This record gives sequence, structure tokens and C-alpha cells, in this order.
Amino acid sequence: MRSAVVDRAIDIARLVAEVASNSNGATLLFIGTVRDVNNGRAITGMEYSAYQSMAERELADIVAEAATKFEIADIVVEHRIGTLGLGDASVAIAVAHPHRGPAYEASRYVIEQLKQRVPIWKLEHYVDGTREWVGTSVGTRAAV
Amino acid sequence: MTVNVLLFASYAESLGTHQFELELPVGATAGDVLGHIQSMPGADRLPQNPLVAVNERYARKDKTLEAGDNVAIIPPVAGG
Repeated sequence: MRSAVVDRAIDIARLVAEVASNSNGATLLFIGTVRDVNNGRAITGMEYSAYQSMAERELADIVAEAATKFEIADIVVEHRIGTLGLGDASVAIAVAHPHRGPAYEASRYVIEQLKQRVPIWKLEHYVDGTREWVGTSVGTRAAV
Repeated sequence: MTVNVLLFASYAESLGTHQFELELPVGATAGDVLGHIQSMPGADRLPQNPLVAVNERYARKDKTLEAGDNVAIIPPVAGG
């Protein structure tokens, strides 16, 4: 298990290699990328920022939860921050397990929890030169 | 007592700072810090119900603070 918030390009091949094992019959890779349109507005790029220490701790918690919940040890997650262009990977999740079922479930769990709980924000840059903080998830699951 | 207030994203941008120290009476809560932030000039344009984290953990608004706590205002997150 490993998770990190990084300020460089995510090395996808390295993530896949990290979860590889002869005992695993299923390997899943999820890659979140910057797309060109959000809510109907054309985008030129994105700036991700984080409360880095808390984001890393929260991400580690999520991975540990997934490991326990789905009995899966081989999970690696990286989230990138900084300035990203269209098509750049902002997040990657590699999971591997002897069977595909738990791998799919763990991958889904990690991305959904990440989007709700991890203190990372994005500032969208639009083709018309304007910019806006994106705020769709209120993090209600995290509220106690 | 003094606590350390951390701001991010839209909050940091609109309020013009990422971090400052705030003097509070003993027994003050996380919600008191939020109340202070929301009374600052420019705060009316910000997301109105941010979460609060104390020492890197999400906390209830009625959590009692200790001197030296790091109190972060967490506007709607948008990772992924």
C-alpha cells in the first residue's frame, strides 16, 4: 500500500509495477485526467492545490480502509497538484488482487472517498481567460 | 490562547492570506474560528458552509480548541 500527493507527473507504469505480484490475477488502473469541458465551459488547464499534510493523511486512511474492507494489500494511489494541461493525469489508482471482484470494488471505493474527503481543490482556467474555483463536493460524508 | 488558522483555495484567495494567528478566549470552539472568518471582508462571496479541520482531522463545529491548534477551513473539495 502506498499513497502520495505529488507535484510532478504521475508515473503510471511505476504504479502498475508496484502492485504487480504473481499471486494477483487481476490488475486495475484508474486514471483521472483533465478534460476540455466542464459544465459546458471550455477549459485550457487546471491548477490543483492541497492542504498537503492533511491530504496525504486522509488519502492514507482511505487506502487503509479499502485494504481492510476488501482484503486487498496491493493498492497504490497518487494525486498530482500544481498546473495541469488537458489530458494530464491528475490522479491514478492501481490495485491488484487474486480476483477481479475485490479489485474493482477497492478501486471504486478509493476514488469516491477521495473526491469526498481529501482536501484538494482545483482552479479551472477557461478559454475566455476567466478562472473559477470548482466546488461540487461538499464533503458531507466527512462531516462529523 | 492563540490558535493557528489555515486557509486554502477560494478562502485564501478572497481573504488574501493562507495563514494567521488568532487570539481566542479559553474554551473557544472550531465554530468560533469559522464565525471570525465569515465576518472578514470578502467572506460573503465564499462557500457558506465549509468544513473545519483541527490538527488535520475533520472536526465538529462544537469541538473545543486548545492553544496552538491548527484550525483549517475546508471549502468544498474537488480532488480527482
